[in-house]
Amino acid sequence: MNAAAADAGIVVVGASLAGLRGAEALRRNGYAGRLTIVGDEPHRPYDRPPLSKHVLSGELAPNATELPELLALDADWRLGHAAVALDRAARTIRLGDGTDLAYERLLIATGAQARPWPDAAGGGLANIFTLRGRDDAARLRTALAETPRRVLIVGAGLIGCEAVSCCRDLGLPVTLVDPNPTPLARSLGTWVGGVIAECLRDAGATFHAGAQVLRFEGDAAGRVVRAHLADGRAVEADLVIVALGATRETGWLSGAGLMADAGGVTCDGACRVLGADGTPCPDIYAAGDVARWPNPFYGGRLMSVEHWGNAVAQAAHAACNMLAPAGAQQVYRHLPAFWSSQFGINIKAVGLTEGADAVAIVQGSRASRRFLAVYGRAGRSIAAVSFDQARWLPAYADAIAAGQAFPPIRDASDQGAFTPMAPGFPPARATSTHIEARHG
Amino acid sequence: MADDTLFSEVLDPANRADPYPIYARLRENPVSRQRDGSVVVSTHAAISSLIFDPRLSSEDLPPSRRPRTGNPLRDWLLNPIKNRIATAHRPLIFRDPPDHDTLRHAVMREFTVARVQALRQRIARDVDALIEGCVGRDEVCLVEDLSYPLPVAVICDMLGVPEADEPQFQAWATQLATALEPDARHDEASRHRTVAAFDAISGYMRALIREKRRRPTPDLLSALAAPGPGGKAVMGDFDLISTAILLLVAGHETTVNLITNGMLTLLRHPLELDRLRADPERAPRVIEELLRYEPPVHFRTRKALGTIEIAGRTIRKGTPVILLFAAANRDPARFDAPDRFDPDRDDNQHFGFGGGLHYCMGAPLARIEAEIALVALSRRLIAPRLLADPPPYRPGASLRGPENLGIGIDGIAPLPT
Repeated sequence: MNAAAADAGIVVVGASLAGLRGAEALRRNGYAGRLTIVGDEPHRPYDRPPLSKHVLSGELAPNATELPELLALDADWRLGHAAVALDRAARTIRLGDGTDLAYERLLIATGAQARPWPDAAGGGLANIFTLRGRDDAARLRTALAETPRRVLIVGAGLIGCEAVSCCRDLGLPVTLVDPNPTPLARSLGTWVGGVIAECLRDAGATFHAGAQVLRFEGDAAGRVVRAHLADGRAVEADLVIVALGATRETGWLSGAGLMADAGGVTCDGACRVLGADGTPCPDIYAAGDVARWPNPFYGGRLMSVEHWGNAVAQAAHAACNMLAPAGAQQVYRHLPAFWSSQFGINIKAVGLTEGADAVAIVQGSRASRRFLAVYGRAGRSIAAVSFDQARWLPAYADAIAAGQAFPPIRDASDQGAFTPMAPGFPPARATSTHIEARHG
Repeated sequence: MADDTLFSEVLDPANRADPYPIYARLRENPVSRQRDGSVVVSTHAAISSLIFDPRLSSEDLPPSRRPRTGNPLRDWLLNPIKNRIATAHRPLIFRDPPDHDTLRHAVMREFTVARVQALRQRIARDVDALIEGCVGRDEVCLVEDLSYPLPVAVICDMLGVPEADEPQFQAWATQLATALEPDARHDEASRHRTVAAFDAISGYMRALIREKRRRPTPDLLSALAAPGPGGKAVMGDFDLISTAILLLVAGHETTVNLITNGMLTLLRHPLELDRLRADPERAPRVIEELLRYEPPVHFRTRKALGTIEIAGRTIRKGTPVILLFAAANRDPARFDAPDRFDPDRDDNQHFGFGGGLHYCMGAPLARIEAEIALVALSRRLIAPRLLADPPPYRPGASLRGPENLGIGIDGIAPLPT
C-alpha cells in the first residue's frame, strides 16, 4: 500500500442509514484514521421510514427526519455529489463534480433508488412521483396538499399501501392498481394481504386487483390526467405515485471489475465485495440495501435485505470486519425483519416468507385484524407477521431462528385456531434472479 | 437440581425489612424451582424474555375463588352476579388476551395523560393540607398522615367514588390486595374474607355505577359507564364492576408503598434528601431510582400454559411462575452497583411497574403523586429523622412497604409563598 492511500483512510460511499451507522461503528471500534463520507444528496443522513407515513400526512416536516449522530464522527462529509466511478488500481473514487477521492479501504453503502416509470409510457409527465428520498417526500407532500381530484398509486407493496393509507387520512380519493389479487401479495401472500384489501375498502380506497397500468396520458400542459390499464379501463387521476420497488445503486461500479449489477453488489459472508473473478477484495466492503451476501440463516443463499434493521446491523458488522485482520473475519447472519404502519395497524414481520407453503394464525384472529401469523415451509417455521400483536413477536422470532417445527409455540394465551391455510404467493417474477426482501 | 426453599424465606415476615440478600441467592438460579412446585424467576434477562412469552398466563388462581357449596346450581343461584365477576369477569390483571386487551384499551382510552396531568394541582393542594395537619407535632406518622390518605383521595376523585364512603371500603381494599400474596391465597380463612370483601365491594360498585349512569359526572367511572360511539357500552356491567374495583384497590395499596419507601430511602440517604430539597427538578430521577431500588410491588404470579425452555431450564406446563421483579431490579448483570441508591444512573430499565402487557396502567399517576409528595416532604419537614429503622412492615411480601414510618421533626416549615 502506498503512503498516499494509507493517508486516505476509510471512505464510506453512501450517506444514509447504513453509511452513518457504519461510520459510527468504525469509530466505536477504535478506528482513529481519516474518515470520509460521500453522499449524492446534499442532506445529512436522514431516516426513510417516516417519509411514506408522517411526512406524507404532514405530521412531520421532511427536514425533521435527520438521523441522530450517536457519537462524534470527526468525518469529512462530501455531500451533494454522487460517486460515479471506482478505480481499484488507483484506489480512487471519481465524484460527480469530477474530483477524485483516494481511499485505503472502502465501505459501499449506496443503497437503492426507486424504480422509475418509463418515459415512453408517460413517465415524463408532471405530477408523477416516486418516493424514496426526502426531496421526493417533500415534493409529493406539496402536491398532495394541493388536494388532487384523485390519486393513483401504482404498486401495492408496503410503500404503495402506506401511501394509500396517508392519502385516505388526508381525505383524498385514491385508486390503487396492482397485478396481484391483493395488496402485499409478494411479501405476505394473498391470505394475509386480504386483510389489507379489507382495510382499503373500509377506508374508502378503490383497489384494482389483477390490473396493470400500460401508460399515462397527459393534458396539453404536460400534466398527467389518466392512466390506461391493460384491460382497457382508464383511471382518471391528476396525481400518480409509482411504487414499484427499487433497484440497487451499482451503476457507478460498472467497469470496476466487481460482481455488481442492478440486483446489488455481491459479497462473501463477511461482507467483503467479490471481484469479477469471485475472490473477495480485502479492502472493499458493502452493507445495507446494496449488499448481496450469502446469509447463513438461509443455507448461504445470496440475498439482499432492503430493511432498516439490516442497514444498521450489516453496516456495524462490516465495519467490525474492516478493522479486523483477514484471519478474523466474522460471517454476517441476519434474520430479516421489517415494520409498516398503515390503516391504523402496526405491521411487523420477521423472517422471509419466500417459499412458504402454509400460514396459520397463532395469536388473535384474522377477523379482529389483531393477530400473529406464522409461515411454514416443509414443516418448519420460517417467518411471522404481526398485525397489532408485536409484543409477542420476539418469542416467535426466536422460534423461527431456531428452525422450530410449524406451527411453533402451541400453548399460547390468545391461541388462534391452527388451521394452516395456503399463503397465496403469486408466482415468482421471471426477472427475479435472487431473493429480495423489500421494505416499506 | 434440588428444589429450593428460598422463596418461603421471601414470604417469611421476619425477612420483610430486607429481602434483598435472599433475592441475590435466588438470582444464582435465574429460574429456580421451589419445593411447592412453583418456579421463581429472578434475573432481569429471564424476566425480560418471559413477560413477552405468550405461554405465560395471568389467569392464575382467581383472586377470590368462591368456596363451593357442592351444588353448582345452588352456587350459581345464591349470588349469580358476584359469582360471574369472581370467575368469568375477573379484574384485568388476572385476565389474558384477547379479553384483557379489550378491557385495558377501554380503560387506557379514559386514563389519559391529560386526565392525570389535570390532577397535579389538586394533588399539590392535598399534599400541602396533609402536611399542614402535622403542624405543631414533633413526629410525623407518614403512612397515616400522608402516604395512605393521598393516593386514596386521588383515586377516589379520579374514579368518581365519594370520598366520604372511603372508610366503608378501606378494609375491603386491604383484604382484596391480599390476592397478590401467596400466603393469603393458600389460607382458607383469608380466602373466605377475600370473597366476602369482594361481594361487599361489588355491591357497592354496582350501585355506584347505576348512579353514574343516571347522573354522569366528569370522572373515569362515568366515562367507562357511558355508552360508546355505537351506543353500546365499552365494557359489560360485570367487567365494569371488576375494573372499577381493580382501580380502586390498586389506588389504595400501591402508591402508599412508593411514597413511604421513598421517604424511608431518602432518610437513609440524607445527601440525596438534601439534593432533592435543593433541586426539585431531580424528582423524576429520584422516583425512577426508587421504583428500581424499593419498588411498591415485588412480584407477580403467572402460570405456564405450555412448556417453556428458558435460561437452560424447563418450566413445565401448568407451573406457577413467580416473576420476582424486585430481584431483577437488583440484578448486577443488568445494573452497575445495583444495591446502591443512585438517582443519577442513566440506564434504569427497571421493573418497578412490572412489564409486558400488564405494565401498570396507573404509572403516570403514581409518578406524579410520589413526585409531589416527596418534594413537599423534603422542603417542609424540618430536620427529619427516622424514629425506627427498620420500621415495622405490612404483612405483604409482594405489596411490600412499611406499616408505619415514624419521622421525628423539629417542626414544619411554612409553605413557600
